[in-house]
Amino acid sequence: MSNTSSKRHDVIVVGAGHNGLVAACYLARAGLDVLVVERNDYIGGAAVSRRLYEDFTYSNCSYVCSLLRPEIMRTLELPKHGLQIIPYDAGCTMMRGGGHLALYDNHDALRREIARHSPRDAEAYDRYSRDVMRQCKFIRPLLLREPPDPTSFKPRDISELLYLGARFNGMGEQRMYDTLRFWTMSAADFLDEYFESEIVKAHFAGSSIIGTALGPRSPGSAYVLLHHYMGDIDETVGAWGFARGGMGSVTAALTSSLRASGGDVRVSAPVNHVLIQGGKARGVVLESGEEIHAKMVISNMDVKRTFLNCVEPEHLPEDFLTAVRRFKIRGSSGKLNIALDGLPSFPAIPAGCPALRGDMHITDTLEMMERAYDDWKEGRWSRAPYIDMLIPSQIDPTMAADGKHYMSVFVQYCPYELADGPWTDEKRTAFGATVMDAIAEHSPDFKSLVRHAEIRTPWDIEREVGLTEGNIFQGELTMDQLLFNRPVPGYAQYRTPVKGLYLSGSSTHPGGGVMGAPGANCAQRVLKDFGRSPA
Amino acid sequence: MTTHSWDAIVIGAGHNGLVCAQRLAAAGQRVLVVEAADSVGGFAAPREFAPGFKTTVAAQWVHQFSDGLARELELERHGLTWAKRNVATTVVSPERCVTDASGAVTGVSTADASAWASLSTRLARFGKFMSALHHTSPPRLGTTRFEDTWSLLKLGLRLRLLGRREMREFLRIAGMNVYDLATDEIVDPLLQALLAMDATLGSNFGPRAPGTVLTLLSRRANESTTQGGYSLPVGGPAALAAALAKAAEAAGVTVRMGTPVAGIAVENDRVAGVDLANGERLIAPRVVSSVDPRQTFLSLLGTQHLDTGFVRRVDHFRQRGITAKLHLALDGLPTFTHLNPEQLGHRLLVASSLDQIELAFNASKYGEVSSRPVLEISIPTIHDPSLAPTGRHVLTAVVNYCAYDTQSDLSSARADLLRNTLAVLETVAPGVGRQIVASELLLPKDLEHVCRISGGHWHHGDLAFDQYLMVRPFPGAAQYDSPLDGLHLCGAGSHPGGGLTGLPGRLAAERILRKRA
Repeated sequence: MSNTSSKRHDVIVVGAGHNGLVAACYLARAGLDVLVVERNDYIGGAAVSRRLYEDFTYSNCSYVCSLLRPEIMRTLELPKHGLQIIPYDAGCTMMRGGGHLALYDNHDALRREIARHSPRDAEAYDRYSRDVMRQCKFIRPLLLREPPDPTSFKPRDISELLYLGARFNGMGEQRMYDTLRFWTMSAADFLDEYFESEIVKAHFAGSSIIGTALGPRSPGSAYVLLHHYMGDIDETVGAWGFARGGMGSVTAALTSSLRASGGDVRVSAPVNHVLIQGGKARGVVLESGEEIHAKMVISNMDVKRTFLNCVEPEHLPEDFLTAVRRFKIRGSSGKLNIALDGLPSFPAIPAGCPALRGDMHITDTLEMMERAYDDWKEGRWSRAPYIDMLIPSQIDPTMAADGKHYMSVFVQYCPYELADGPWTDEKRTAFGATVMDAIAEHSPDFKSLVRHAEIRTPWDIEREVGLTEGNIFQGELTMDQLLFNRPVPGYAQYRTPVKGLYLSGSSTHPGGGVMGAPGANCAQRVLKDFGRSPA
Repeated sequence: MTTHSWDAIVIGAGHNGLVCAQRLAAAGQRVLVVEAADSVGGFAAPREFAPGFKTTVAAQWVHQFSDGLARELELERHGLTWAKRNVATTVVSPERCVTDASGAVTGVSTADASAWASLSTRLARFGKFMSALHHTSPPRLGTTRFEDTWSLLKLGLRLRLLGRREMREFLRIAGMNVYDLATDEIVDPLLQALLAMDATLGSNFGPRAPGTVLTLLSRRANESTTQGGYSLPVGGPAALAAALAKAAEAAGVTVRMGTPVAGIAVENDRVAGVDLANGERLIAPRVVSSVDPRQTFLSLLGTQHLDTGFVRRVDHFRQRGITAKLHLALDGLPTFTHLNPEQLGHRLLVASSLDQIELAFNASKYGEVSSRPVLEISIPTIHDPSLAPTGRHVLTAVVNYCAYDTQSDLSSARADLLRNTLAVLETVAPGVGRQIVASELLLPKDLEHVCRISGGHWHHGDLAFDQYLMVRPFPGAAQYDSPLDGLHLCGAGSHPGGGLTGLPGRLAAERILRKRA
């Protein structure tokens, strides 16, 4: 049974993840009639707050905010629509055996803390921080620019290439060299050039492996480190913070902004396929058979899900399909969301230390992280995983009842497919146990406080959120899949082989993290193609 | 005590030093080459590792030396003859084998054979594009000089001339890892392993590391300049170095062996010559070093002549080798279960899968030796019986991997790796252990000592994006120059890297002659 709504929208966005909502907001603000359709009965994709156990709120996928572009926050008036980001001013890395490195926002406090491990490293930290910032400043303007097509002779592409070339060349030989190295080296080699202390290196290396199929010794991991450094909060570059109410408040604010501009979101509306007639996208067909028509369709799903599940192959060139099948999107991250009866103690950290309210990492050496990666390569979850934990309820009382706490635990590495067969409930529990054992090593009362634990493997993430292979970035961030190669060479400008069909998710430039940049860039492309001026 | 005056002194009679010397002399310069060892060749020096059993220190094949350069240097006139050319490659596992003869593969499915043929063609085409890069001095970054900008534009244009689709594919795979490339294109694990071995031999990474397609393309680039494929000179690759020495001498170069250099002499902020270990000072306005950048700048020159920024760059140049070399003297021809007599003479790769290579690589990250190493084997006596006493044979192998800094002491590490390597050999050539008359295993630190190159690294330093082209070895020393007037580099630490190509030597000579003009 098929029924067709008589209304024809200007744009349908498939998937209410944050990028899809950002794209929708920009388009609605430009006066277009926009409808977002979402499969699940909740909006947000991987930027969600879920009530999965009693009255605890879990940011059960993404858990910290930083990379959301300030330009987007401002233009879409997200604070007005309820988004409040609380920066956290400290963090720490805890070693097996009880040592720790605390990290503070305050520069002097941080230097003193690093000096506790190595006075030489404290000196080097200034240099490191300056060098990384310099790289950030170079890259950040590129985030909200469409990548050029280097094979094209069109004026738009040539002028963008010249712009990039001139920017690069203008840095001078030494700086260009530094930039080239940063983009291609391993995080381990890069950090070895500044620091001698293992714990300091391991701390910084953490963000080089998040969500990747790389280890800290893999070339290209220094770039991922940079990618995670590019956020800012209130003008402080590289800062991270909590969204009050959990990550769902980001997408809730986006939805509110969207509705204020005249757009709408429909949940529980899973799309079966994109409706294509005469070689052009004309709308979508839901699982129910209902057709919704539009002049343009934007898919916020990852590139594989879009083209291998929701577009019939006869509409796509064979080599495009081959390229999409080859797109690397291997999941490597797990997540535990835990409801706690009280605040666990971490004896290694002095009580009352602000580091407890920020990002707590468990790792102690680059070797440990590299070995964790080796496990993943062999189709196992890491026996000694890298762990990134937060207890946001300490500064955000909306996440748990008084005295109780929500703990977010991000884990690297966990494979999408195990070498010894598919994921089962037993294996998932065993994975969870590995992680909880690792945490318990640092917190003797932790296990006794656990009331509920949601354990998510990449396989679970794929099933629930729709991210292929549970890859949190909608595709790996390696050179063969960045810039003009993302998602596929020749289609790096948000368009697809189907006229009127666009991509807005993290499968496009500049890639993943809760940035909103892909969505914003896609909207600009759609507006240009629609004949409207950019928003 | 000062003696004789030269136009240029070349430090090191490795193949690049000899090529550089010959080119300078052919242009009329008075050139002296000083070599610490008693023979020429460096990594391609001859080595009698057991009485009557001969090999070349590191190199097993000549496959990257351009035919054009060989003709220019008249190497055949100077004694280079070939025992065998266009040797095929066979990958062998305990269960089976696959042979690749110039892109035509046997032992795999039709689909894979066809996929391999088109992949080989594509890689050869990209290799040819890159070989143009390898035959010119790379342009400088960040300058406004027309020459450099024009060079870069020409490069871009040449790339575009490959065709839009090919250009896109090049830009896509150039940064990839060979593990993903192999699994995307081919199904057969031995064929995948072949591609990965070509990409990782002599490099510092396993197949999953981004940058391994770059090393593969670099290898293909050099291979595209010769019609001879994998070749074996009579006398082994060491004979190539010997012929280069003769060619250099024929051009008027003086080669002094057994002459270690203690330092580079500096006067009035420029090079004055070299100081030998015996106290002698040799005067020359130009010194060209074919040894690695670290030794050149930190040991021979000294940090007092360099600014701290430059010294830091020297320090950061990554050059720890993780490849070992095995030499076996056998009392007869070994029996490889799955190989026919003809295949025994092939370039043999012992690796069962991509994962096995990656697993072997893991050990090198943690100060260990691989428990199940992967090997590139040669039995050169099949083609050149002169390398061993009558009826006896030499089996050599490049052994991957061995950490540069091993947790255990050198002799324990050597014993462990030897044991592990022989165990792997037994799985494909049962009984070979009993045929061993003598053996020698050179770990990276041994190669460092024998060849006098820091890190014992074939390329004198990793071939990686940030140590390639215009930034090889690093700014201030790229384009064969150095911060010191009159001091030049011409070894594998310069563009385009290592392998028996002679290209750094030749390009350095061109640079020096251009500067003079």
